Amino acid sequence: MGDHHHGPAKGLSRWLYTTNHKDIGTMYLWFSFAMFLLGGAFAMIIRAELFQPGMQLVEPGFFNQMTTLHGLVMVFGAIMPSFVGLANWLIPMMIGAPDMALPRMNNWSFWILPPAFLMLASTLLMEGGAPAFGWTFYAPLSTTYAPPSVTFFIFAIHILGVSSIMGSINIIATVMNMRAPGMTYMKMPLFVWTWLITAFLLVAVMPVLAGAVTMMLMDIHFGTSFFSAAGGGDPVLFQHIFWFFGHPEVYIIILPAFGVISQIIPAFSRKPLFGYASMVYATAAIAFLSFIVWAHHMYTVGMPVAGELFFMYATMLIAVPTGVKVFNWVTTMWRGAMTFETPMLFSIGFLVLFTIGGFTGLMLSIAPADFQYHDTYFVVAHFHYVMVAGAVFSMTAAIYFWLPKWTGRMYNETMGKVHFWVSFIGFNVTFFPQHFVGLAGMPRRIPDYALQFADFNMMSSIGAFIYGASQLLFLYNVIAAIVAGEKVSDEKVWDGAEGLEWTLPSPPPYHTFETPPKIEEQPAH
Amino acid sequence: MLNARALAATALLPLVANAQNQVNMSTGVSEAGAVITDLGVEIYDLHMLIFWICVVIGIGVFGVMLYSIYAHRKSKGVEPSQFHEHTGVEIAWTIVPFFILIGMAVPATSTLLEVYDNDDAEMSILVTGYQWKWKYEYLDADGENVAFFSNLATSQEQIYNTDTKGENYLLEVDEPLVIPVDTKVRFLITANDVIHSWWVPEIAVKRDAIPGFINEAWTRVLAEGVYRGQCTELCGSYHGFMPVEVHVVGQNEFDDWMAAKKGAAAADAALAATELSVDELMARGEDVYNASCLACHGANGEGGLGNAIAGSAIAMGGLDSHLSVIVNGVAGTAMQAFGAQLSDVDVAAVTTYQRNAFGNNTGDVVQASDVVSYKEG
Repeated sequence: MGDHHHGPAKGLSRWLYTTNHKDIGTMYLWFSFAMFLLGGAFAMIIRAELFQPGMQLVEPGFFNQMTTLHGLVMVFGAIMPSFVGLANWLIPMMIGAPDMALPRMNNWSFWILPPAFLMLASTLLMEGGAPAFGWTFYAPLSTTYAPPSVTFFIFAIHILGVSSIMGSINIIATVMNMRAPGMTYMKMPLFVWTWLITAFLLVAVMPVLAGAVTMMLMDIHFGTSFFSAAGGGDPVLFQHIFWFFGHPEVYIIILPAFGVISQIIPAFSRKPLFGYASMVYATAAIAFLSFIVWAHHMYTVGMPVAGELFFMYATMLIAVPTGVKVFNWVTTMWRGAMTFETPMLFSIGFLVLFTIGGFTGLMLSIAPADFQYHDTYFVVAHFHYVMVAGAVFSMTAAIYFWLPKWTGRMYNETMGKVHFWVSFIGFNVTFFPQHFVGLAGMPRRIPDYALQFADFNMMSSIGAFIYGASQLLFLYNVIAAIVAGEKVSDEKVWDGAEGLEWTLPSPPPYHTFETPPKIEEQPAH
Repeated sequence: MLNARALAATALLPLVANAQNQVNMSTGVSEAGAVITDLGVEIYDLHMLIFWICVVIGIGVFGVMLYSIYAHRKSKGVEPSQFHEHTGVEIAWTIVPFFILIGMAVPATSTLLEVYDNDDAEMSILVTGYQWKWKYEYLDADGENVAFFSNLATSQEQIYNTDTKGENYLLEVDEPLVIPVDTKVRFLITANDVIHSWWVPEIAVKRDAIPGFINEAWTRVLAEGVYRGQCTELCGSYHGFMPVEVHVVGQNEFDDWMAAKKGAAAADAALAATELSVDELMARGEDVYNASCLACHGANGEGGLGNAIAGSAIAMGGLDSHLSVIVNGVAGTAMQAFGAQLSDVDVAAVTTYQRNAFGNNTGDVVQASDVVSYKEG
């Protein structure tokens, strides 16, 4: 053993024992993509059953297991780990650090994820079936009335929480301690900034989720009555605790997406990001507001009117910093010299569709109108516009943008563009009609529906199959690029790309920035 | 081949059959042009106000973006500008939206205060959510309450596609809620097991039904008619199968209906004192079974979400333990205490039915008097 490892170990042990941020980032990304396909398969079953009125393929109880697992797998298995993978790959390279601050913990925070999801998926085979109470698992449906597999679900959630907290502490420690000399906070790329703020949100709210599921566990097995009215408990308390976690969770998912978009749009506009400082402040403002708006998910639980008004006003305020971000991105494009490679297409798709999701979010914030929207397909449409077109589109953009850097090989641009257009059309055919059926009165989480919703549901299902199939094209394009893509000769890959990661060779060596880079005096981007 | 073609034909059917697709929220006005509820109209107007503000902002933002995509592209040979901040513009697009929001908050606040104005109700109805049905109890000033359960009326055959689906598929009940027109009705909403949510879009009432809590909501319906809605909070397997149907009728018709309801309750009580024949019990028992048991225990007692009844040790064993399960439920499971939901005659009938149907053939006959004496211990 010399003083330096110049390359990775060989075989399986490389991946099991690795403490290298690039290897761990890669594992996170592949794992999240596998979960994306699994959660997508659940969604296909949901849409197939909803293709026509009447029960055709599955029983109502199994349908509820599908909606529950779809939500849990997509939120905790696909979206969150994918952004952690991105953070692992990019944060050290963006701030000029040799690796993450806590590499062994980094290994552990990844490797506890697969067993947790294996356990969650195995509930499908248990007696009584998988959890069927929705990803929001409201008590007492998730306690007194839950299938026995709920205990495994609780354990899985605990493990995911531990993983997220370890990952977040690692990111905070890395960003605070390992920036190259001269890389001041206000020079950090916006992706690093959004992840730093996200990591603080995670550390703050994951313990709250852990508390909620622990209280459930006590109610189920140890005779307490936290959420059981019959024992003097309070079912609404569960919702307050859940959403105190759940609303910041939404921003945990979307803030790193904002960071990605803030890297990509300037690169393809060949122009610095407009309003860098205001982007940082807007992100912090959104993070702060996320802690004081949780009860807007609960307008119909019968809160006092003063509570409704407070949460309505606070929620409406989120439109201000979010608006600032959208205006900044559009102004970044203004008078640039744009080209429209796949990452830029997905970023523009993000910008358009996320803004639509923002508008419906503003509509949903209006409490008296929300009495008509609440728990309908209008809400389903809204959060898929911000989750899929927001988080997933930006993640896809990120993969296309940095893949040539990571692998040193280029993906097929034509296939990438086809992937974008099929995704964009498939997504809108799926989710736009859901605004209509929701407003017309279709509740969410139902396996069968009244006849007046039939046409739009069929349209939704067709769109979903198109969107689902287009992801296989993505998978093929990525694998083909890794295996046989055209070699990238240039370090920069994209002529407008800025930042330390683009000063490294493509692909970067196993260890990078072992001596800190010199940060040039230049305006922040 | 034939099957595939038949499948394709049914797949295309809904596209033809439903020419009209509602794309927006209920306007609060009936097809005949009559206002259904003032509050519904107000909420619709608020919804449209916010919608149009969003549309205008959207046209602005997307317009600038599309123009930029068209004009500022590298292929046109433009040189990228390098500006990256402008304090004035940035302050403006922080302040201006804030004032737009205040413009939205003012009408939203006034509408919300009206939603919460539960005072001066002329009648009160206790709405209780059960898995998976609603119970309505008219709270009468002189203590003579009328209560009944409202179950899905759509047949299993329609749901499982062996029968043509009716016009009000999944939105029809056996006994609707009946309320008088132009009367301020206060709903007291709660639940017996898990959380449900009582929603009728056209009269703009939605409130969660939560065990241990009693929520308030109100309506004053101005147009007679039938209004339909559904449970909107996931409440278990058959969440999609517990509709709400409200009939709004004139005061006289309401009074007649109420009198008939009270008469029927008295007749039920009288029936409990008499001996019924096996056939009468079996016929009544089948109806009760289909309304209250079938969802979990299956059309042929084969079980499903609940245990099988056909050949079960409980339905064929001692009568007391069978009655205990039906009357008291089974703690910690989805089996509810039906003693509080069904009349003594109905408990007797359904017990008789379960002990003799599905090949159980115990020959036992259970009378209402047996149920009464069981309950008294």
